Amino acid sequence: MTAAQTTTAPNATAPDATTREPAAAVPPRFAGARRFARAFRRRPSGLAGLGILVLFSLLALTAPAFIGPEQLDVTRVNGPLLAPPSAAYPFGTDQAGRSVLDLLIWGSRESLQIGVIATVLTVVFGSAVGIVAGHYGGFLGRALMHVTDWFIALPGLPLAISLAAVLGQGTTSITIAIAATSWTATARLLRAQTLAVEARPFVERARALGAGNWQIMLRQVLPNVMPLILVSSTLTVTGALLSEATLTFLGLGSPAGVTWGEMIHDAFFGGAFTADAWWYLLPPGLAILAVVLGFTLTGRAVEYVLDPRTERKR
Amino acid sequence: MTVNPSPEAAALHVAALDVAAPDIATPDVAALEARDLSVVYPGSRGRGPARAVDDVNLRVGKGEIVALIGESGCGKSTLARALVGLVKPTGGQVLYQGTPLGYSAKALKQYRRHTQLVLQDPGGALNPKQNVYDAVALGPRLHGLTDRLPETVQHALAQAGLRPPEDFVGRYPHELSGGQQQRVVIAGVLALNPSVIVADEPVASLDASVRGEILKLILHLRDELGLSALVVSHDLGLAWNIADRVAVMYLGRVVEQGTVEEVLLRPKHPYTQALLSVVPSGSEDWRPTLLSGEPPDPTAIPAGCRFHPRCRRWAAAPEHDRAAATCDRRDPPVLAADTSHAACHLLRSTALAETV
Amino acid sequence: MTTDTAMTDDPVMTRSPLLEVRDLHVTYQQGGLAVPAVRGVSFALAPGDTLGVAGESGCGKSTMALSLLRLHGDAAKVTGEVLFDGENLLTTTWSRLRAVRWAGASVVFQGAMSALNPARTVLDQIVEPMVLHDGLGTREAERRAAELLDSVGIPSRRMRSYPHEFSGGQRQRVMIAMALACRPDLIIADEPTTALDVMVQAQILELLAERVREARIAVIMITHDLSLLAHTCDRLAVMYAGRIVELGPSRQVLEAPLHPYTLALSRAFPTIGDPASRRAPAGLAGDPPRPSEIGTGCAFAPRCSEAEASCRTGEMLLRPAGLGRSAACLHVRPEHRGTS
Repeated sequence: MTAAQTTTAPNATAPDATTREPAAAVPPRFAGARRFARAFRRRPSGLAGLGILVLFSLLALTAPAFIGPEQLDVTRVNGPLLAPPSAAYPFGTDQAGRSVLDLLIWGSRESLQIGVIATVLTVVFGSAVGIVAGHYGGFLGRALMHVTDWFIALPGLPLAISLAAVLGQGTTSITIAIAATSWTATARLLRAQTLAVEARPFVERARALGAGNWQIMLRQVLPNVMPLILVSSTLTVTGALLSEATLTFLGLGSPAGVTWGEMIHDAFFGGAFTADAWWYLLPPGLAILAVVLGFTLTGRAVEYVLDPRTERKR
Repeated sequence: MTVNPSPEAAALHVAALDVAAPDIATPDVAALEARDLSVVYPGSRGRGPARAVDDVNLRVGKGEIVALIGESGCGKSTLARALVGLVKPTGGQVLYQGTPLGYSAKALKQYRRHTQLVLQDPGGALNPKQNVYDAVALGPRLHGLTDRLPETVQHALAQAGLRPPEDFVGRYPHELSGGQQQRVVIAGVLALNPSVIVADEPVASLDASVRGEILKLILHLRDELGLSALVVSHDLGLAWNIADRVAVMYLGRVVEQGTVEEVLLRPKHPYTQALLSVVPSGSEDWRPTLLSGEPPDPTAIPAGCRFHPRCRRWAAAPEHDRAAATCDRRDPPVLAADTSHAACHLLRSTALAETV
Repeated sequence: MTTDTAMTDDPVMTRSPLLEVRDLHVTYQQGGLAVPAVRGVSFALAPGDTLGVAGESGCGKSTMALSLLRLHGDAAKVTGEVLFDGENLLTTTWSRLRAVRWAGASVVFQGAMSALNPARTVLDQIVEPMVLHDGLGTREAERRAAELLDSVGIPSRRMRSYPHEFSGGQRQRVMIAMALACRPDLIIADEPTTALDVMVQAQILELLAERVREARIAVIMITHDLSLLAHTCDRLAVMYAGRIVELGPSRQVLEAPLHPYTLALSRAFPTIGDPASRRAPAGLAGDPPRPSEIGTGCAFAPRCSEAEASCRTGEMLLRPAGLGRSAACLHVRPEHRGTS
C-alpha cells in the first residue's frame, strides 16, 4: 500500500538520530530519566546549584557526628566571647563563646527543615487546589477560589503570632504559618495555567480516548504545569527561609533551638552590632543567600531540562 | 460551473462511478446514528441560547464513510462531539449499533472503546510532554488493555503508516511533521480497535501534499478494517475524494443529504449549490455564487427556513411562488436519516427547481 | 543564473518592470547554524501584473515576500537585488524604504486581527497614512476612507467601530481598504484568506481581484492553495524548499504542470465530478525537507517518482520551458509548449 511508505522518506529522521538509543519497538526503560540526567549534566549553573544544595544537606545530616551538645550549650562552652575569626574558631565566636561555624552548621538543620517542609506543604496543597479548581470550574472551582481569596486577605505576621500563641513557639508553628500564608499564590497561578492547558486539544483527545477527571489532571495537566510548579517552589523555598528568619527574629522561634534566623536574632540582641562583630551576623545571612541561590539555579535547570523541546534547541 | 460541465456528461460520470464504487450495502443497523439530536448551549452575556445542533438525523452505516460538510459555526463540530459523547445532547439520541448511548461515566468509557475522535490540529492534539509511544499507548492504558501493549502500539503505528514503528516510538511531537503527527493521533485511535471514527477536519491544518496521504489512510482503514467514519469538513473536495454519502449542514440543521454523486453532481438545496460554486475549478469562466447577508448566528436562527434570508432561489422567485412557498414562515421538515433529499420548500415547485 | 535565460522570452520583460527581484537569498541564523529559507529567487512584475506564489508551509514563500520590503527579522541575512521602480530596496536608506512602504507597496497580512490595532477605530487607522503621507486634510481623508470602505463592502456608517466589532471576513476587507488607501503600485498579500470560511474566502478574493484590476495595481499573492491563485493571478510561481520550481501563466501551470511537485499540488484538491479523483485522493509521500537539511541536487528528488541519479547531484535551477514558462526539473526542455 502506498500510505505505508510515506513517512519513511530519508528526511523524516530527526537530526539528533546519533544521540538516540538503538531502535526498539518500546522506548527504553527510564529513557526519560536518562535523557533528563544527560541534559541536566549540560547545564553548569544547574550543577552548581545542585552542588550547593548537596553540600548543605550533607553538612546538616552529618552535623551530629562532629557537633555535640557541649559545643552548643551556653553553659558548657569555654571559648572567648565575641572573638574575631581565628585558627581555632574560623568564623569567630558569639557572645557566649560558642563557635559561629558550629552554630551555622547546626542551624542549617532546622532552617532547611522548615524551608523544605513549608515548601512541600505549600506546593502540594497550592497545586492541588489550583489544578482542581481549574479543572472542575463550576461551583467547586468558584468555591475553592473564594477560599483562596479569603486566605490571601489573611495577614501573615499576625497569623504567625497567633499560631505561635496557640501551638507554642517553635518550628511547627513557624512552618505552618509560612505554609498557610504562601499556598494561595501557588493555587492562583496553577489555576490559571490549568485553564490554559485544559483548553488545548490534547486534553480533549485524552477525554475522547476515555480518560476520567483524575487521569486528565494527573497525566495531561500535571506534566504541562510542572515548570510552573518548579518555579513556584523555588520562590516558596526562598520565601520560607526568609520568613523563618523574620519570624525568629521577632522572637517567635523556639528559644532553645538554633536556626539561622535565631542566629541573626541573637546576634542583633546580643550586641553584635555595637561590638562590630560582623563575623557573627554575616555567616547566617550568607548561608540563607547560598541556599536560596542553590534552589533557584537547580529549579531553573530542571525547568529547562523538563521541556522535551530543549534537546533540539542545542 | 465546475460541477456540472453538462448534464449528459455528469450523468455519464455518475453511471460510471456507480458501477465502480465498492458495493457498500447499508445494513439495517447503523454503526452510528443521530436521532433528532439537538445541542443547545445556554445563552450568556445577554444573548439568547445558541442552538448549535438543531434536530439532526444522521446515520453512518457499517463500513461507510460519511462526510459532514458545512461552514464554521454551522454546528458540525458540536455534532461530531455529541456523536462521540463529549457533548451531552439536550434533545434526541445517539445510537451506537442501534443502542442508545448512556451518559453514566461507565457507559461513556465503554463507548469510547468503540467510537473515537480525530481532531483537526494534530500538533495541539498531542501532549508535548509525551513521546509517541505514550501518546499511542494512552487509550489502551486508560482501558486497562496493557497485555502485550508494545505489540499493540507497534501494530497501530504500522497501520497508521508510521513504518518502521521503532523509528518513531521515542520521538516527541515537535520532532514530527504535521502529517506524521496526524498519523500518531490516528494510531492512538487504532490502538483501541474502534469500529467508528469521527474525524473533525482531519486535514484542514495539513499541507496540500500531505492531505491526500491522510485521506488515503482513512480510505485504506475502511477497506482493510471495515471502519466506519464520519468526516467533518468544510471541503467538498474531501467528500468527493473519500466519502460514500454526504450531509450538508447549515445553522445546526442538515439541509441536504444523499450519496456523494447525488449531492455534489446534482445539488438540490440552494446552499449546497452556493457551496459548490465557490470551489475553484479549472474552467475559464468560473463564477462563484456569493452569498450575501449576515454570517449565520446560532443564537438568532431566522424564522421559517433558516436559509431564506441568504437564499438566491427565494430572492429570485416570482411573487406568487413566494407566497405559496412560505419560506419565510414555515420551517422545512427535518430530513430523515436515510433519505436522499434537500430541506427546501421551493423544491416541490418543480418548475422552480428546474430553473435554478 | 539560469533564470535570466528563462526570463528573456518572458512577456513581462518586454515592458519595463515595476518590480524586479534578482537572485534573492534569505538566510536565518539559528543556534550558530545558517538556515537558508530562500535560496535564489528571481522574477519580474510589470505594472498591473498579478503573480501568485504557492507552496507548502516552510517553503520560504512568506519569508520571500516579506523580505522584499525588508520586513524580515533582524536574524535574517538578505542578499540579491529587489528593484522597485529601478531602486534597490535592499540597499536603499530607511527613509526611502519607509516612503515605499507607505505609498509604493502595501502588505495585506494573514491575521487581520493581529495586524489591526485593537485600541483604535478602523477609520483612524485608514486615515492616518493618508494624512501623514498624502498630506490630505482630515475631512478629505475621512471622505476618502468612507469611499474606500464602501468599495470593499463595509458600510461607511460602521467606520467608527473598533476591529473587534467586525467579523473575520470584514476585518480582512478593512485590511484591503487600508492597503488601497495610499494608492500603491504593488500589494503583497500574504495568505489573505487562510483563516476564513470558504464562502467568505471567495468573496474576499473576488473583491481583491476587482479592486486591483480597476486600479492597475500589481499584486503578489501568497497562498498554499494553488487552485485559488489560478483565478486571481495572471502568473503563478510554485516554490519548494526556498526556490521557485515552476513559473508561468496560471492556467497553463495549473492545467499542464511541468514540475512533478506542481503536478502533485494541483491534484491535491480534486475537481468535483472528475471520476479519476473519486475515492482516490492524491498525495505526495514524504515531507518537505527542513531548511537546515537541504543538500545538493534537486531538493524535491527524495519525494519525486521520476527522480534519476543525475537529479541528486549539482544545482537544480529554473530552465526555460516554452513561452513565458520555466521549471526547475531535468525533464523539461526549452521547446516545451505547455503540453507535457
